[in-house]
Amino acid sequence: MLEVSDLHVKYGNIEALHGISFSVNKGEIVALLGANGAGKSTALMSIMRLPPPEGPRVSSGSIKLDGLSLLPIPAHILVSRHGIGLVPEGRHIFGNLTVFENLKLATFSRNDREQMQRDFERVFALFPRLADRRSQRGDLLSGGEQQMLAIGRALMSGVRFVLLDEPSMGLSPLLMTVLFRALKELNESGTTFLVVEQNARIALKYSHRAYVLEAGKIVLEGQSQALSQNPEIQKAYLG
Amino acid sequence: MRKYGYLLSYTIICTLAVAASKLGVLNAYVQLVIMYVGINIILSASLNIVNGYMGEFSVGHAGFMAVGAYVASILNVMLFTTSSVFGPPLLSPSSAIFLFPVTLAAGGAAAALAGLLVAVPSFRTRGDYLAIITLAVNYIVKSSVENIQPIGGARGFMGMRNVIDAMQAVVNLPWTMIWVFICVGVTVWIIHRLVNSTYGKGIIALRDDEIAAEIMSINTQHMKITAFMLSSGLAGIAGGLFAHVLGYINPGTFTIMKSTEVLVMVYLGGMGSLSGSVISAIVITLALEAFRPLGIIKWVVVPLLLILLMFFRPEGIMGHRELPDIFPKLLKIRQKD
Repeated sequence: MLEVSDLHVKYGNIEALHGISFSVNKGEIVALLGANGAGKSTALMSIMRLPPPEGPRVSSGSIKLDGLSLLPIPAHILVSRHGIGLVPEGRHIFGNLTVFENLKLATFSRNDREQMQRDFERVFALFPRLADRRSQRGDLLSGGEQQMLAIGRALMSGVRFVLLDEPSMGLSPLLMTVLFRALKELNESGTTFLVVEQNARIALKYSHRAYVLEAGKIVLEGQSQALSQNPEIQKAYLG
Repeated sequence: MRKYGYLLSYTIICTLAVAASKLGVLNAYVQLVIMYVGINIILSASLNIVNGYMGEFSVGHAGFMAVGAYVASILNVMLFTTSSVFGPPLLSPSSAIFLFPVTLAAGGAAAALAGLLVAVPSFRTRGDYLAIITLAVNYIVKSSVENIQPIGGARGFMGMRNVIDAMQAVVNLPWTMIWVFICVGVTVWIIHRLVNSTYGKGIIALRDDEIAAEIMSINTQHMKITAFMLSSGLAGIAGGLFAHVLGYINPGTFTIMKSTEVLVMVYLGGMGSLSGSVISAIVITLALEAFRPLGIIKWVVVPLLLILLMFFRPEGIMGHRELPDIFPKLLKIRQKD
């Protein structure tokens, strides 16, 4: 589905990614692991480039979705036409809108009303907490609820491939599990995920495959199960 | 009924005002003030799109107003009157009565085009660039006009009175006032519809969180540019009206001072409140007229009042709210109908 090859990415004159290659197949959960500053988020940001344009710049390499180059395509088109969604770091919930309004806004460029209705039900079934708080303002939600809302919003924008940037950040271990279980459930009903995570333990537990980034290079890759047995990983990330 | 209640009451008020002007109940000065109020409503409501709803900071609204004023005036004088610059009229003077809205719209279109030229480079980045660029454009427009001698340069441009006379020769009505009322109505209606539409919700989303808006599949760049063009286009129309109300324009009218006046109206009324913009345009215009006998001191008194207002009510008269939020009864009555 997604094919990234030999990707070099720069911030100004400084190269942050030194030619990384990875792929995501349809129906998979793929994790990008690594420490702070390894370039995980940069990799996501080069797939979906957000305004303002001071972000990362792809200097060479390619990013392809089913053979189509994504490099010239702005983020809003990726969402509306190519079915790629993003759950950004920090969630970016509209604090002054209610839960329901946040979800509603995500359907901005959709007009398939019946499917939208089914998607609303799906989000509320997946996260009953959101259904309880549907008329509560976004900024009054807890961190975990906000993260659920951010994922719900991505689903409401009608995408089939979701990029997640640090979903576990600031969450209790219990909430992390709830969240990753939900991702697994969505995955089983057909959504593909690319998850950027610092928490290797939980990411390896719930993903199919994983890549480990270190200082802008991929140093390890493989089946998540195999990686979690890898002594190097155990030493560096699983403690 | 609910839908047309506002339209109906607005039409009645306007018809009364026009009739009173026609019958000489309202003297020329009062008429002039009424028209100024209308023009300022268009200016503040249109600037509110950019500075209020979109959360950007544009400070050169008078520049776009000047573009509209000059384009509409030149077209009208050239087409419908005999003037020393353009010679005999190109069209029959009496056709002005039908074509006045067309030339007015042309002025608006020219201003919108100027807005496009500003918007494309400014919105490539976020932050203070728009303020700097609009400020520069305001000066550029003013100095350019000052240096184009055929249209009067710094001395100004006149002859619009003849256009209005030509219209009144066909049907004797206070045409400028009628067009001010129509344009105010249309402007307020357009902006009301815009901010309550899905597209308008997108503009507000963009103000609150641009990244979130983009991943909600909103084309933020395109939206900013369109909203800016609408705002500057409406300012152009206000400029065209202003030129014909006064019958004379000069570049000195469209300075940063005028832009500031409009900014003040937006912030006094409340950012992102259409009724706030309308109310504060009325209040400020009347206040400036009321303090006219004070001469230069009015520029001390009015800003002082503003400082006090900002001190006690920093969110402006209306804040983010609209009239029906404050008077829910108004809404209830409408819903009952």
